[in-house]
Amino acid sequence: MEQLGQRKIDGLWLTVVGIAVLFFLILPTLIVIPMSFSGASFLEFPPTSFSLRWYEAYFTSPEWMSATKTSLIAAVLTTAFATPLGSLCAYGLHCSTPRIRSSAQILVIMPIVVPVILIAVGVFSLYAKLGLNYTLTGIVIAHTALALPFVIVTVMSGLQNYDFDQELAARSLGASRAYALWTVTVPQVKFSIQTGAFLAFITSLDEVVISMLVSGGDNATITRRMFNSLRDQLDPTIAAISTCLIVVSVGMLIGVQLIGRSKNSDK
Amino acid sequence: MTTAAQSLPIDISNLCKAYGSVKALDDVSLNIAAGEFLTLLGPSGSGKTTLLMALAGFVRPDSGSIQFGTQEMIATPPHKRGLGMVFQSYALFPFMTVAENVAYPLKVRGVSKSDQKARAERALDTVQLGGYGDRRITQLSGGQRQRVALARAMVFEPQIILMDEPLSALDKKLREHMQIELKALHQKLDATVVYVTHDQREALTMSDRIAVVNHGRIEQVETPERLYRQPHSFFVADFIGESISLPVEVANDKAQLGGRLLKSDLPIAVGRGGHRLVVRPELLEVTPGAVPETANDLSGHVHDIIYQGDSVLVIVQHDSAGQINVRVPANRAGQTGLPSKGERIGLALHPEDTIIVPEHVA
Amino acid sequence: MSVVELQNAATLKSEERRERLTFLGLSLPAVLAILIVVFLPIFWLSSLSFYNAAGEPSLENYARIFESALYRRTFVVTFQISIAVTVICVLLGYPLCYWLTRLPNKTAAILMVFVLVPFWTSVLVRTYAWLVLLQRNGIINSSLMSVGIIEEPLQLAHNLTGSIIGMVHIMLPFLVLPLYATMRSIDTDLVRAAVGLGSSPRGAFWRVFFPMSLPGLFAGIVLVFILSLGFYVTPALLGGGRVQMLAQRIESTITVYSNWGAASALGVVLLLLALAMIWLMNRVFGLDKLFMR
Repeated sequence: MEQLGQRKIDGLWLTVVGIAVLFFLILPTLIVIPMSFSGASFLEFPPTSFSLRWYEAYFTSPEWMSATKTSLIAAVLTTAFATPLGSLCAYGLHCSTPRIRSSAQILVIMPIVVPVILIAVGVFSLYAKLGLNYTLTGIVIAHTALALPFVIVTVMSGLQNYDFDQELAARSLGASRAYALWTVTVPQVKFSIQTGAFLAFITSLDEVVISMLVSGGDNATITRRMFNSLRDQLDPTIAAISTCLIVVSVGMLIGVQLIGRSKNSDK
Repeated sequence: MTTAAQSLPIDISNLCKAYGSVKALDDVSLNIAAGEFLTLLGPSGSGKTTLLMALAGFVRPDSGSIQFGTQEMIATPPHKRGLGMVFQSYALFPFMTVAENVAYPLKVRGVSKSDQKARAERALDTVQLGGYGDRRITQLSGGQRQRVALARAMVFEPQIILMDEPLSALDKKLREHMQIELKALHQKLDATVVYVTHDQREALTMSDRIAVVNHGRIEQVETPERLYRQPHSFFVADFIGESISLPVEVANDKAQLGGRLLKSDLPIAVGRGGHRLVVRPELLEVTPGAVPETANDLSGHVHDIIYQGDSVLVIVQHDSAGQINVRVPANRAGQTGLPSKGERIGLALHPEDTIIVPEHVA
Repeated sequence: MSVVELQNAATLKSEERRERLTFLGLSLPAVLAILIVVFLPIFWLSSLSFYNAAGEPSLENYARIFESALYRRTFVVTFQISIAVTVICVLLGYPLCYWLTRLPNKTAAILMVFVLVPFWTSVLVRTYAWLVLLQRNGIINSSLMSVGIIEEPLQLAHNLTGSIIGMVHIMLPFLVLPLYATMRSIDTDLVRAAVGLGSSPRGAFWRVFFPMSLPGLFAGIVLVFILSLGFYVTPALLGGGRVQMLAQRIESTITVYSNWGAASALGVVLLLLALAMIWLMNRVFGLDKLFMR
């Protein structure tokens, strides 16, 4: 009986801590949203008046819009490059010997392991020699390299959960490797590929440190502008921009969850 | 109208495949006749699946030769070998309908859409799944999926069909039913079938010939009856059918059990190691009186009698050689005169049933 | 072997080589991209660290960073903060994961959204939120004052406290996700068996469940620690210039002092620390765990 009481108290404590941590995680994330609708000209929470002025400030500012355009284009291009390159890489590694695979795995997660500041500084000086600083090309190349590990890991785990016998069956029935890959394997791992694409997009859009050094001038990313702005003063326009970014992030997240759900309903 | 393809013979010569120090295929040679149903039988890890995969082109041997008819195939990629294959897991495409699955090999070969539909439907009829074309794979039972896999492997009329333990996932009754169906299907098709299984009963039921595989080598290739009656090694004798084995001494082609000479009509195969007498429980005759001079005397005392439904297993303690099992039908004829526990039982092993094998193949 | 078989053996070998090369070829573009963007600059940067200001090869830079009180303090501060962040993440994250594990799967999946949304939200957005929350007239100070706990607003932003709070918020999902995945895979039958054999529920937890959750916990700890060591954005914004971790020190050494030698030496040390952690985790658990998501 005493043990049961003890269990209940333990359970209660656990629930309290669990809920508290969840709130700790979500509240600061979402608090920007109501703030962005505040009418005051300084940062306040809770907001005392409702206004769309900060959204107006964001959408009418040529600098912010240019930065947004740069970020979106960079993200789309990064996704367009990283997704096929990463998926093919994952497939190639999946079909290679275990020895090659483990060495490649180490190499492939380097962009995540190596501290971003080092990559940023290194790339910055390399680009200085090649004249790629402040160019869209430079940004996209760097972001693609950063996004590749996410695509590769996601697609590789998708391939591992896939019954490879099906590709063998297709080949035994007369399909060449490439034809079998395209008609049988890809339709089944497309969920992983799509998830990888979402990850690539958001990685590029949210990337701060490299963009801080490598983007600029006409090709400044939104993250670079935000960072510089935050260092100087707390402009409430940032709240509006942040809300827009949150919407995009959550949209990506919902997209991934929907993919996962439709994949399970197919089974 | 497509002309029926003539089935092809398969000639395997000196096939070797090693994974590190393990020899998965150890100098394997085998000739399979056109239109034959040949089973590769062996325990897991024996190399039977490796051999099948080498025929399919998914395992690349280190050396040797594989010929389909007169064409050398060993380096040909799987999709150019023109054979049909049924996998153990069926490997059906879950995102396609049944008809789309079956029509896939036709689509690959550029057959027109209307032709695809007609031939797929005909293939499904052959496996008794006519009308199932629009169903999704997930809606089918295990037995139905197995038949779709079969239809898909046959629809383009291949000259050779490979099957990798296709019935192992089915329950006993369905499996036995499918074994007979597959055999009937083979009579209708004009194709050479190579079938892999570890179930000896399945092999005995379906095959024209059985190749027993052990440690990457083929120990014996025979018709089911000859394999059962005249195994060439202890492994084959032990793997197929029930048996009890007793060590014997062999000198000058004559075997002795416990000092007494054994009379046997069957030749003793050449091999290595010692020799054993293989006693199949159903071949021993229970003699009420003395054992006739023409037969071998294996009498002893009844240790236990076990009822097993269709037959009765009598465990006998032989005077000197150890435990011997005798299987007796559970009908009146079999049960009359059966001694009870502890009593003496006369057992006769006739010379045509006296199997003596070497421990190992040469 | 007959002539045919000899020919076959040769053909087979060349076919195998060709196939292997094709697969490597598929991976090549991605690998090249990573090599060019990550490895090349790092090597170049590291090589810089071995030259002094006069352009002669020397270990001056390394000597300087280990002798200088400023750089030494940077190392100490970085380690202190990283350890503090890791410990707090464990203290907050482990109970959260354990609680989620005990809930029915559907509920837990829905609640995981509370972890995933911050994870997918930009670091800048979250850091900005903390800047607002922690500032002198921010909501935390004002609510504490209105309840009467404090009289003067606390200095929560632009200092060490703010940095740590912000970093914990960013790092927590990195601990929670691998840890939760590991916990989910623990067979609860084992814990029930322990209780059935006479253990108290708490004892069963410590003796059965906890040890089995360690791989996920260690993966999360290593990840959080490495990321904290090299973290830039949040300490830069929430530290108010008073907190200088390694990443910021490297950046300011270049942009403010143009001292590439010292900066690259610091970078090399940081890189070695990160690689050492990865090597350690590979040794103990094997990198495959990361890929088994």
